[in-house]
Formats: sequence, C-alpha cells, structure tokens
Amino acid sequence: MTLPILELAGLRKSFGELEILTGIDLKVTKGELAFVIGPSGSGKSTMLRCCNLLERPTSGAVMLEGRNIAASGVRLDPVRRRIGMVFQSFNLYPHLDALGNVSLALRKSLKLPRAEAAERAAAALERVGLAERARHHPAQLSGGQQQRVAIARAMALEPAVMLFDEPTSALDPELVGEVLAVMRELREAGMTMVVVSHEMRFAREAADRVIFMDQGAIVEQGTAEEIFGAPKSSRLQAFLARQAA
Amino acid sequence: MEQIAQQFFNLDIMKASFPMLMEGLKITFLLVLVVVPLGLMGGLVAAIASGAKSRWIRWPAYAFVDFFRSMPPLVLLIAVYAGLPFAGIRLDPFAAVALAFLLNNSAYYGEVYRAGIEAVSPGQTEAARSTGLSAPQTMAYVVLPQAVRNVLPDLVSNTVEVVKLTSLASVVSLSEMVYQADMARSVTYNASPIVLAAGVYLVLLWPVVRLISRHGRKIAS
Repeated sequence: MTLPILELAGLRKSFGELEILTGIDLKVTKGELAFVIGPSGSGKSTMLRCCNLLERPTSGAVMLEGRNIAASGVRLDPVRRRIGMVFQSFNLYPHLDALGNVSLALRKSLKLPRAEAAERAAAALERVGLAERARHHPAQLSGGQQQRVAIARAMALEPAVMLFDEPTSALDPELVGEVLAVMRELREAGMTMVVVSHEMRFAREAADRVIFMDQGAIVEQGTAEEIFGAPKSSRLQAFLARQAA
Repeated sequence: MEQIAQQFFNLDIMKASFPMLMEGLKITFLLVLVVVPLGLMGGLVAAIASGAKSRWIRWPAYAFVDFFRSMPPLVLLIAVYAGLPFAGIRLDPFAAVALAFLLNNSAYYGEVYRAGIEAVSPGQTEAARSTGLSAPQTMAYVVLPQAVRNVLPDLVSNTVEVVKLTSLASVVSLSEMVYQADMARSVTYNASPIVLAAGVYLVLLWPVVRLISRHGRKIAS
C-alpha cells in the first residue's frame, strides 16, 4: 500500500451552528484522479477548500505527504505551493497578462529569478496550448482559455496534488471540452487530482474513483462503473436519477 | 462697470503682484509635494490596517479615519498650530500645515483605498494565497494594483482637493499663494491679486478636473 499523497481524517467543518462537513475520511494516492460528485450544498467545495486550508477545518486532520498541515503552527505558504487549486470562476489576475499570471508565484513565492520564472511559465502555457496567448490579458481571452491559464498557473508550481473546484461550471458548453482535454492530459502525465464537478461523462471516462457526498459526508465511493452502473445507496440512486433527467 | 474692472481686473496691479504670487505658488507646490506622497502612504497604512483581522489594529485605524474625516481641516490646522504649543510642541507654520493636512488627507485617502480594496473580489486573494503567496505579497502584487485602478479617479480628485486645501495655510501666515495675494490686496486696496490667484488655481486644476469627469471610469480600466 503506497502512502497517500493527501489524506483527510475525521474532517469536520462548521460555520457557526451549521455543520457543513460531518466527518470526512478520504485517501488520495499518487497519480489518482478522485472525482467528487453530489448535490449542491453537500459540502464538496468546502471539503476541497479544507484541503489547502482556504477554509480551516473545525477539527480533524489534513495530511499532505504524511504531514498534518491542519495542525497549528504549520507555515501554510510553502504547503500551498504543493497543492494547486483551480477555481470555478478562474480568478485570474486581470491586471497581469497570461504569462504574468503564471509566473507571479514562481517569482515571489518560489523566488525564482525573473528569466527562469518566465521560462517555466511559458512552458506551462505551452502545455495548456496557450503559448501564443502569453501576452494576452484575461479580458482578451475566452472563458476556456482563461481556465487553461489558471490550470497552467497552478501546474507551474509542480504541485503534489491539484484540486479542481467545478472547473467547467462557469463555461459555455462549447468551451468545456478544451478544459477537460487539458485535465485529461494532466492525468495522463501522472498528476494526482481531486476534482469536484458535474461533468459525469468525464468522470466515467477519466476517474479512478468516484466519491459521492451528501449532507456533509461521503455516502458512497467506488470505481466509475460501480458508482454509475450499480449505485447502492438510495441517495446516490436518487441523485443520479436527477442528473439524468 | 468701470469701477468693477478697476477693483477686480486691474492688469497693472496683477502684473505687479504676479512675482509675489509665484513666490507663494512655490510654497503651495512644496506643501503639495510633502502632503500628497505622505498622505498617499498614510492612507494606505490606514486602509490596510482597517482591513486587519485583529481588532487591536482595526479599531484604532477606524478611529483615526473617522476622527480626521469629521474634523474640519481649518479647526485641525488651528489646533496643531496654536494648540500644540500649550503642550510644549511648537511647530513652524509650514510644519504645522503639513502635519494638519497630512492627518486630514491620510484619512481621506485611506477611505478611498479601502473602497478600492473592498471592490477587489475575494477570489483574487484566494487564488493568490493558493499559489503560496503570503498575505503581504498578495496585497502588494494582486490586490493593491487592482484596488488603485478601481479608485484612480477618486485618488486624483482627492489630490485636487489637497491643492485647494493648501490655501487655508494663509490663516497661520504661511506665505503660500493665497496669503501672498491677500498681502498684495491689503497693500494695493484692490482685489485684483485675489482674482489672479483664483485664475492660477483655475489654470492649474481645471485640466485635471476636466480629465476626471471626461474619462472618469475609463482611466480606471
């Protein structure tokens, strides 16, 4: 059994009285694509945001490469470089061009010299097929291109794991494909990924494991065939029926 | 009619008082050069402090901004110039004016920056922090450049206010332009130097004011 890259243990998160995560246990191994599905409000995004401590869990552990990063006193900035995150609304920096978006953290967080950072950023943009858009600002790019720049920004730091929070939900349908293609390419290159998404077709085709969450807990998990072909729990069955409708 | 022209638009008197006014304008510029950059910095500190997580930083920042925004600048100026000596602190007129307007302007610039910072989407900060940038780096490289763009017209407007505000310095006999004009008026028993001073302000500030109203938000984008 290989050591998981990312492990959530007994993870709970409350906002005031409201308990969003009621105890999550999850292990993600190297090279795995874990795909998280579930109705809105089930806590998928909150779980993802706990993985890089954008939300601090109320209790429980977040283990990254064997170390609990949710423990007090952990310096989060170096840890976060090991965890790439891609957001639903891209969150590109509008005042910087694509190259600037990708190279900022390389220069300021990783402290690479400007030329080396630019080189690495250009290579990352090349990988998402946007080398020739390096000097374009986000406003001059389509939604799909913006999301690919955002993926390049996360990827350029060579993280141990990448988190995708509904990466295609804000896109026009015809732009979804190009983003999924980049994610597929990342997966083939061996990137460990946790993806929260409603793209069930992509889940069937690319996920090593599908995790179904409801009401702040993991209800069921298994391979794509198991989850989509033979759902056990009634809640998953109802969720899939709603998705199909 | 003749009398009005004589009293307000006497070209000979204007010509004679022009060098005096230019001497005053130097002081005016000097004040602006001190008050604007320091005010921009002070405002930035106030804005960042009023967004701090700790209430021990946030509340004093609120208090500072609210107090100096509520205080009429003239009252503040007199308090600094005429009040501080009672506490044993005696400032020369220039220092008193600079300090009073600095406090006043830091508060105003602070409010402008704060509005700009609040208009930057929280997603920007999350994205930056998720790549390992520290909080200060996120502020410096991601939030502030956008915040300043958001409020550039307001920052320029406020700077125009500062230039006009310097005319209050005449009250503590700092020989800026209006003080000089008023001196010329009292010597010549003629209001033309004041009109000339008004003209100088107009020539200097009108293009800026026009630019802001014409381009307004366009400068920002």
